[in-house]
Order: sequence, then C-alpha cells, then structure tokens
Amino acid sequence: MATDAEGELKDAIDAHGAGDSPFHPMEQFEIHPLGRIEIFGLDLSFSNASLWMVIAALVSTSFLLFAVRGGRIVPTRLQVVAEMLYDVVAGMVRDNVGSEGRAFFPFIFTLFIFILFCNVLALIPGSFAVTAQIIVTFLMAIVIFITVTAIGFMRHGARFFGFFFPAGAPAWTAAILIPIEIVSYLSRPISLSVRLFANMTVGHVLFKILAGFTILMGVAGILPLIVLVGITALELLVAVLQAYVFTILTCVYLHDAIHMH
Amino acid sequence: MDAEAAKLIGAGIAAMGMIGAGIGVGNVWSSFFSAIARNPASKDEIGANIWIGFAVTEAIALFALLISLMLLFVA
Repeated sequence: MATDAEGELKDAIDAHGAGDSPFHPMEQFEIHPLGRIEIFGLDLSFSNASLWMVIAALVSTSFLLFAVRGGRIVPTRLQVVAEMLYDVVAGMVRDNVGSEGRAFFPFIFTLFIFILFCNVLALIPGSFAVTAQIIVTFLMAIVIFITVTAIGFMRHGARFFGFFFPAGAPAWTAAILIPIEIVSYLSRPISLSVRLFANMTVGHVLFKILAGFTILMGVAGILPLIVLVGITALELLVAVLQAYVFTILTCVYLHDAIHMH
Repeated sequence: MDAEAAKLIGAGIAAMGMIGAGIGVGNVWSSFFSAIARNPASKDEIGANIWIGFAVTEAIALFALLISLMLLFVA
C-alpha cells in the first residue's frame, strides 16, 4: 500500500518536474522575492523568508508587550506565560554562565524568543520555515561564535589559547590534544547551526511527504493522516526543544569563554 | 548500475546512520531511568539537562535522515 502510494508520489513529482510540483517536499523551502530591491548592484530583495522573520519579530514583541501591560502584582494568564519565558531563560543564564552572564541576558533572551517564534510560526500550514534555511541558522551561529571568541580573548588575552590544552594533561599529549580541541572548537558554529536547520527541515519534509500520501491514497489516506497528527505534536515539542537547545548551548559556549572550562 | 538505482541504494545506506543514534537515544533514557531509580531526589535536576543530551543525540539521526531525503528528492 505504502509502496504504491510512493510510486504515485514519485510519478506526480516527475510529471510536474522537480521544482514546481505541489507534491515536491523541497518546494516549500524555495525563496521567492516579494519585491525587487537593488542597492549598488546587490540583490537585497524582500523575500518570503524576510517576511516571516519580520512577522516572527513583530508577533513576539507585541505578544510580550501585550502580556505584561499594566504589570500587575497578581498576574493575568498571559503575564504568567511571559514571566515563565523570562524565568526559563534567566535560570538558564544563571545556571550555565553564572553571575557575569547577567550582561548577556537581553541578547540570549532575544535569541531564544526569536528562534522559538520562528519555529512555532513555521508550524502554521502555509507559512514559511525560516529556521529551515541553513543561511539563517548559520548566520546566528557564526555571530555567536565570533562574539564568544572575542569575549574570551578580551577577558583572558593570550591566555585564552590555553583553552585548547586542558590543564594538567601530560605535555607529550599536546600533539594529539591541541588539534582535536581546535577542530572541535571550530566545528561549534557548524554543529550549532546544522542541528537547528536539520531538525526543522526534516520535520517539514516529513509533513509534506505524509500530506502527499494522504491526498494520493484516497480513503486509506486516513492512516497517514493519523500519523501526521502525531508528527505535528512531536514537531511542536521539537520546535520548542531546539530553541531551548540552541540557547543553552550558547550559554555553555559563553561560560567556556568567561571561565575557560 | 544506473544512477537511479545507485541513488536509492545510497539513500538506504545513509539511513543506516540512524542505528547509532537509536542506540544513543536508548542509552540516554536508560541512564536517566537508572539514575532516578537510584536517587529519586535528583529527578528535577537531571530532568532539565536530559533534554540537551537527548536533542544532541537525536540530531545525529536527523543528519542521516536529511542525507537520505536529499538523495531521494533533491539529487
């Protein structure tokens, strides 16, 4: 049954050509310019990805502002939600970075809220998954990586190079340990960005494939539809979890830069 | 062997990367349950951190799935 539907799905994709088939699982990640803007020959068009990033920023800002309006001592339900978000991130920074981390709280809170809203808004049918674009996640990761490295050098100067050699290890292991530590340090932005990107991409591809099965299988399509409902619940968990993991790893990297191990 | 067949076999082999991630995720949760069985008071403290371990391990399965799906639909 499943193989038949898969064959039909492949046929449907082949019939339409890869790019413009409504059944093609990768079609949803295509970026379309909404308005052409060119400045000094640079293509700075406002695309659907930019639109959904703006929407995520507006929705999150207005939600937080609306939730804490008035600032009651006995909070309303929405205010409790906003305070919980604040509390989660504040606790994360306190536990993972320590008291010096307070200065970085606004940045980390913004990062968490932005990724959370991008991930959750992407679950709305017809919306665009911004965090399923490798360039978006990689840019965030590289900014964090450069900032954290700069903080490390500003605080410790040349002593920050000691980060690449664990204190107390026998000197002869340096030839092995230092290259390993350097490679693992440099791969941080890649693993940080690819983790978020892969989680989001795979989730949305899975949605599209199951939805394709549901349409093509007719009455029996109720079976993939049931699976799809379960996967949607799982993806909601993944969306929140990946925002949390991205933020907590940022905190861990910041801790490494400030305290060196 | 033609390219289409090689693509499908490659997608299958790429999906085998999930074996390791399956073992890894199983390990994460089995350690979690044996830890809270020994010391139930530690549940809250471990419970917050277990998700990091879970997400980091689960990401490996997703990398494999991503390669497999790219071979099936993009390549």
